[in-house]
Amino acid sequence: MKGTGTRKKRASRWGSRLLAAHGVTSYLFLYLPIVILVVFSFNASQYATVWRGFSLKWYGTLLANAALGTALKNTLIVAGASTIISTIFGTMVALAMERYNFWGKLAFDSLLYLPIIIPDISMAVMLLLFFVLTKIQLGLLTIIISHVAFNISFVAVVVRARLAYFDISLEEAAQDLYANEWQTFRRVTLPLIMPGILGGALLAFTLSIDDFVITFFTAGPGSTTLPLRIYSMVKLGVTPEINALSSLMLVVSMGLVLLSLLLQRGGGGGIEIM
Amino acid sequence: METQPLLQTQGKPRSRRETWRLLSLISPSLFWLVVFFLIPLLLVFAISYGQRGTYGGVKWNLTLENYGRFFDPLYLRIFGRTVIIALVTTVLCLLIGYPLAYFIATRPSRWRNVLLLLLMVPFWTNFLIRTYAWLLLLRDQGFINLFWTGGLHDFLLWLSAALPLPIWRTLLEATSTPLPLFGTDLAIIVGLVYGWLPDMVLPCYAAIERLDYSLVEAAQDLYANRTRSFLRVVLPLTMSGVVAGSVLVFIPSLGAYVTPDLLGGAKSIMIGNVIYSQFMSARDYPFGSAISFVLMAIMLLGTLIYFRSGAES
Repeated sequence: MKGTGTRKKRASRWGSRLLAAHGVTSYLFLYLPIVILVVFSFNASQYATVWRGFSLKWYGTLLANAALGTALKNTLIVAGASTIISTIFGTMVALAMERYNFWGKLAFDSLLYLPIIIPDISMAVMLLLFFVLTKIQLGLLTIIISHVAFNISFVAVVVRARLAYFDISLEEAAQDLYANEWQTFRRVTLPLIMPGILGGALLAFTLSIDDFVITFFTAGPGSTTLPLRIYSMVKLGVTPEINALSSLMLVVSMGLVLLSLLLQRGGGGGIEIM
Repeated sequence: METQPLLQTQGKPRSRRETWRLLSLISPSLFWLVVFFLIPLLLVFAISYGQRGTYGGVKWNLTLENYGRFFDPLYLRIFGRTVIIALVTTVLCLLIGYPLAYFIATRPSRWRNVLLLLLMVPFWTNFLIRTYAWLLLLRDQGFINLFWTGGLHDFLLWLSAALPLPIWRTLLEATSTPLPLFGTDLAIIVGLVYGWLPDMVLPCYAAIERLDYSLVEAAQDLYANRTRSFLRVVLPLTMSGVVAGSVLVFIPSLGAYVTPDLLGGAKSIMIGNVIYSQFMSARDYPFGSAISFVLMAIMLLGTLIYFRSGAES
């Protein structure tokens, strides 16, 4: 009996070591390619994979690249506009979905989730077809419309997660203290769900900055965004300049995502979104 | 005196004012999603029964021809390959992701949150850039091959000089040319696993975290060994996470466009690339629509399975 006990213990120790090794390897797998990409953006060599000493020159060439300036401007216009619209609409619909029951709610709920689940190539194709057949000129406007179409759903999911943990008695307390409806909403409800709204907005902004496939299909001449620019640069050949641009984008979006996730976690709601 | 909350707590709208409020809250999103999502979706469905016009437009005559073209051996082969790549990706994600989820779930809670955060941060960042990172690794002049034909080759040269054995020759020959990684199905699968691994880990984690560990102890008390207690207790109880994760990985892998475009070669195109070329170069909207509608149908089926697996748990 004692013998099997130690054997079991030893097996379990090896098991947990193996599990830990697997965990560490998995995280290396997730981060090593990104780290290598960033490290080689500081490479003095013009070849993307041969190290020739530290240099910031590729970041310098980015600054001198006028086409990138336009792409950055377009990216920010699209991300800014689509974030504002989708945050307002998404928050409104989240309030409605959490507080009301109505006819057709289940169908509407499915419609709300579909843009998250559908492969982006399918959504891209749908929207392109729609714009071509309705003869809407492809450009910044069509990109913004498309980004709002997927961002509403993401904002709604994040805000709903926050609302699900909302303590309704706080609203009742405000009413007991003679706050009118609007005051209650402005002073109690809104501040309490604000981390969720901000988290949703940041997520929408990041998704918009980073989107490639849907933007690729719905962009017109002159509406190139940064991911589209990176794509055409990669197609022409691998250069450290792409590494530099990619590193900047990765750092910005990782920062935004981290902030967004921390905001969502802030209410004890846990991380709700996949 | 108004003592009702601006938004009622729950339930059906109780007054006309509440009904009006509900309508004003949902109508902007409803409008947007109907006009810029649902109608385009129906349009794709409708056009998939149309015909390509002479100058690339759409002729609206009802035909099943586009779905028939699916059975053209060329497209059938691409579709089959796409399904196989997506399946292999899903299985690999499961083999890597489930133990990883188990690892995270068994850490102390403070660590758990950090590990989850670390898992999710790259997931939400630019997919194109993350794929490009793998391009840097997998190319013929990439980091892996630089090591293979450089460091490893030199090391073998040194070894063969120090210790003459016939085996070095074959190894030296092998390391003198780069490994054919780039442009293969393997490269695509690596890129997809990399991209969607968190989609597998998170549902598995959620299921494992909910697991009542006393049930495992009970099984072990009844002399089930570790393998048996895992197969008979842990795995069935976390099956909902496995199914959900598999659906979440399989769907985007099936619709992959960027990964095969950047990491795959001319011979390893997937269904997403076919859709792209139908819309952007061949201008055959009806056929492109038919393909993407089939893709969406599979996706809907997957979603149904996903929600079923969620409902059971």
